[in-house]
Amino acid sequence: MTATTGAATATRAEYCVVACAEAWRGDGEVLASPMGTVPSIAARLAKLTFAPDLLLTDGEALLIGDVPAVGARSAVTEGWLPYRRHLTMVMGGRRHVMMGASQIDRFGNQNISCVGDWRRPDRQLLGVRGAPVNTLNNPVSYWIPRHSPRVFVERVDMICGVGYDSAAAAGPSATRFHELRRVVSDLGVFDFATPDRTMRVVSLHPGVTPEEVHDATGFPLPLPDGAPRTRPPSPDELRLIREVVDPSALRDREVRAR
Amino acid sequence: MSGKVMTPDAIVGRLESGMTLGIGGWGSRRKPMALVRALLRSDVRDLTVVAYGGPDVGLLAAAGRIRKLVTAFVTLDSIPLEPHFRAARERGAFELVELDEAMFMQGLTAAAQRLPFLPVRAGLGSDVLRVNPSLRTVTSPYADGEELVAVPALRMDAALVHLNRADALGNAQYLGPDPYFDDLFCEAADTAYVTCERIVGTAELTRDAASQTLLVSRHAVTGVAETPRGAHFTSCAPDYDRDEAFQKEYATAARTPETWGDFSTRFLAGTGEEDYHLAVEAWHKEQR
Repeated sequence: MTATTGAATATRAEYCVVACAEAWRGDGEVLASPMGTVPSIAARLAKLTFAPDLLLTDGEALLIGDVPAVGARSAVTEGWLPYRRHLTMVMGGRRHVMMGASQIDRFGNQNISCVGDWRRPDRQLLGVRGAPVNTLNNPVSYWIPRHSPRVFVERVDMICGVGYDSAAAAGPSATRFHELRRVVSDLGVFDFATPDRTMRVVSLHPGVTPEEVHDATGFPLPLPDGAPRTRPPSPDELRLIREVVDPSALRDREVRAR
Repeated sequence: MSGKVMTPDAIVGRLESGMTLGIGGWGSRRKPMALVRALLRSDVRDLTVVAYGGPDVGLLAAAGRIRKLVTAFVTLDSIPLEPHFRAARERGAFELVELDEAMFMQGLTAAAQRLPFLPVRAGLGSDVLRVNPSLRTVTSPYADGEELVAVPALRMDAALVHLNRADALGNAQYLGPDPYFDDLFCEAADTAYVTCERIVGTAELTRDAASQTLLVSRHAVTGVAETPRGAHFTSCAPDYDRDEAFQKEYATAARTPETWGDFSTRFLAGTGEEDYHLAVEAWHKEQR
């Protein structure tokens, strides 16, 4: 089977898995912390292929020495990472987290706390959790399963994850270890490698038009003609996703079929 | 030395309205729920609650017992949003001090070490500083000159935690994978109360478990109570997992005042912990 065949048959969810996995390429011996189903599949895929040195957890307090399917139990423990040590590891920087976002803006400020006025929110969500400590201490990427103007907003209501403009305004202690790697949505891949550190398109998933992204984004996002396409999963990656890492196709519950 | 064994209601009898209470565990994991239920049976109110929040916060919020909440999140884990916390926030029911998870840990550590604050990088650039205008930064006195957030000590009047085993003196043991921050909560509070699945003799604690499982030492403990399934419906590994079916029932019941009234009447209106567990058992039988 050739890569072309893989491209022809891969689903949108499988493109998203590969795009998320690519976030951890070259990271070496750090903890991959995926939040959400597609990032969890992606971190496992990355470890099984081009990023074998990644560390993974069982979602609780153990570092696992094997790569079980998502939702399956690990049989090998290689380390102990209760919350107190996990937070210390975050502050030590040996981790790359992929978080979700209820809102994200063009500078990468992220909100998972509440929608509306913080003093009395229209919709209370999780709270800031560890988004402030994550963004100031270790590389951070984001996964947005449903790209929409309600998520990609002009301004977030509560800055939990710190964006480039906010970090710069807060000074050198805030920018010292601050690094937002990429944003993956069900429409494409984005990063902040621009002179003013605003979001740009890295690639669009196959079948996605620039108009579609424009309509689903609540802030001005430059959409150059002929934006690159997200790379397809290789045949081996497709096999690993379908047969090893996510045999029960949990990925399809998180990404709409297209 | 006298024993410290008490009942949950006697422990709550030591708590007063207006106190600052720390609650151990994390999310919907190893929460001292028997003590929370005893609190609901008492008339203690106007509490400042300090917790990595779960249904402990939800139940106290639903009952209107919280004046001020200090937290980084409130969640049921398998159900991301805690319905009572959400409703309470949306009606402006209490004051919130919203901290990052690491800031919270530094605040607990500072309190346990009797420091006024500990520095942390987290919080800079985020709206945690905007919504907590009393938070201050501190400048490193060394050559780096870094400006960091000074998290104030989270000192508490009383800490409530639930562990797997304890002895009558207050030495307490966790047998699951994560200690959470229960030792810090006890050390950061003027008084600390431990509930456990089973009170055993001191020698029995380490008969089949490593000494590192002895998380909380008696010098930091005021009282101990044996409350089997006292973390229910949150998890208490390895003694039991979260009761997911019952947690779902709790979250569903929280949707309207009517269904919550029915839930409270059925499960929380009894005279003690036994009534609660009997009601839960009967509910499970109905589900079969």
